[in-house]
Amino acid sequence: MDMKNMREYMSWLYYQYLLITGIYVLEPWEQSIFNTVLFTMVAMVIYTSYVFVPIHVRLALEFFCELVGGQPESTVALMT
Amino acid sequence: MTQNSASKLLNRDASQDKKTCGNGFVKSHCLFQQKRYRRPAEKNHHASCTSLLYNKLFVESFEETPLLVAVLTYMGYGILTIFGYLRDFLRDWKFEKCHLAREREEQKDFVPLYQDFENFYTRNLYMRIRDNWNRPICSVPGAKMDLVERVTPDYNWTFEHTGKVLKDVINMGSYNYLGFAENSGTCADAAAHSTVKYGVGVSSTRQEIGNLDKHEELEKLVARFLGVESSMVFGMGFATNSMNIPALTGKGCLILSDELNHASLVLGARLSGSTIRVFKHNNMQSLEKMLRDAIVHGQPRTHRPWKKILIVVEGIYSMEGSIVRLPEVIALKKKYKAYLYLDEAHSIGALGTRGRGVVDYFGLDPSDVDIMMGTFTKSFGAAGGYIGGKKELIDYLRLHSHSAVYATSMSPPITQQIITSMKCIMGKDGTTLGQERLRQLSENTTYFRRRLHEMGFIIYGNNDSPVVPLMLYMPAKIGAFGREMLKRNIGTVVVGFPATPIIESRARFCVSAAHTREMLDTALNAISEVGDLLQLKYSRKYRGEESSCFSYLESHQD
Repeated sequence: MDMKNMREYMSWLYYQYLLITGIYVLEPWEQSIFNTVLFTMVAMVIYTSYVFVPIHVRLALEFFCELVGGQPESTVALMT
Repeated sequence: MTQNSASKLLNRDASQDKKTCGNGFVKSHCLFQQKRYRRPAEKNHHASCTSLLYNKLFVESFEETPLLVAVLTYMGYGILTIFGYLRDFLRDWKFEKCHLAREREEQKDFVPLYQDFENFYTRNLYMRIRDNWNRPICSVPGAKMDLVERVTPDYNWTFEHTGKVLKDVINMGSYNYLGFAENSGTCADAAAHSTVKYGVGVSSTRQEIGNLDKHEELEKLVARFLGVESSMVFGMGFATNSMNIPALTGKGCLILSDELNHASLVLGARLSGSTIRVFKHNNMQSLEKMLRDAIVHGQPRTHRPWKKILIVVEGIYSMEGSIVRLPEVIALKKKYKAYLYLDEAHSIGALGTRGRGVVDYFGLDPSDVDIMMGTFTKSFGAAGGYIGGKKELIDYLRLHSHSAVYATSMSPPITQQIITSMKCIMGKDGTTLGQERLRQLSENTTYFRRRLHEMGFIIYGNNDSPVVPLMLYMPAKIGAFGREMLKRNIGTVVVGFPATPIIESRARFCVSAAHTREMLDTALNAISEVGDLLQLKYSRKYRGEESSCFSYLESHQD
């Protein structure tokens, strides 16, 4: 019963997505093209964030910690 | 708003203005932002005692588009434009069959006959949802109608009839305000009787040999109905406007027409050759400023005074559901000595306690309006138009109107239908059917509007107008709404871009006196269901469960 409700809810959500983006009026092959392109872009965004965001966050945190702490760390160590 | 000479004059000599509302011009300009819900007190700011001009509450609301919805609508149109370009490219490079009109191969180098780009919107968006329009009706378009079922094998480029008929579809789209669109009853019998006597065609124009005694009878009746001296009827409502305005004004005259006037009025104004200036919709400040500018500066280059100034307004604007501010317009007209042309296409028979239109609704004197025009299509269940006014005006029009000289006159059964229905509304046929219908219409209107407002939809227009536009905004929802309503056996009219601004697409309901409370309830339940399914309950004035997702976006709401 829960799976059925879940499936109905997901299909209602998909319907909302079709309506809001305007894809609802397009023919099926155009909908597939749009979904593929959108999915690819979202996948690329997720991959990029997975690879790069932790490194950027760690570097930013180190920079701000150094500012706040005011420790005399060597600039060479900071550059690496 | 810069203070130019006109507004300085306005502020200086409108001393009563200052008493009633402080910084008259600028403040009232802000108050007249059409998208805000106006409290009754704020409306009374025109020069002399506006509160005395209106004998009832004038409540109009045009709720502002929620920001998120506007952004998403533009995004939707952007995506559809991209796909439009893709399809055009495929059609151009022959990857896909082109269903449109194209020039022959030999004529490819000539000047283009079919404007390709201008129809971009038509072929790339309208065609995709075209099954919501032009639906063939195979019964009388009363409160319920029968529709022919159609299927399309190639995405709305062509249609085929399956042979089935959808029976008893509730009709929320016909302009059947008093329910006179029926095929049985006194009107239909009288029309049939007159067909037997006169035939159907008139085969001539009014001026030649097409002037029947029925036309004379109808004209006297219309004049009595409206409370004017004399009137004239024409075979077609659109032609009444477009063919008579050129007879009234010409070069050297000024026409001040409302922003949202109907195409027939615009066409008539353009054909006349007069200068046309457009004032903001129902905005009395804008109109007054234009009148003052016109009188002070005169004609464009020569600065001679204008020969005539004609203000053209409509009774009910059918796309917005708003009612004209007639008392203020008449006050302005008298002050600046201009003429008023009132087009009561939708309001005649539908407004007012006696059904005499917007003049009756406000309780004004019909002789204040110089030219009262209207149509018989909406409340009388017939076709055609009329113009009413002073005897000299109508006698002049009989000789000089293009419609009278060149167009075929009204057909006898239609004339008889109008005579019978008008007598019914006036009570002259001895029954109280007319009064019943008027009362039923106003009850239905109030009930329908109240329920829709409670459900949380954004409804435009005045609380007393039987035309109810419900905002849809997004392009895909236009098609989805029409189709879902038809699945639930309700026929509605949805309107999109060229008729409305691009993001403000809407569904337009026309309440009728023929709708019973049960029919309205069925329709309202279906509308609520579809509204939940499509997430259409955008209104922020009510905190319902559907609008909770928009609650974090506060905008300027009172």
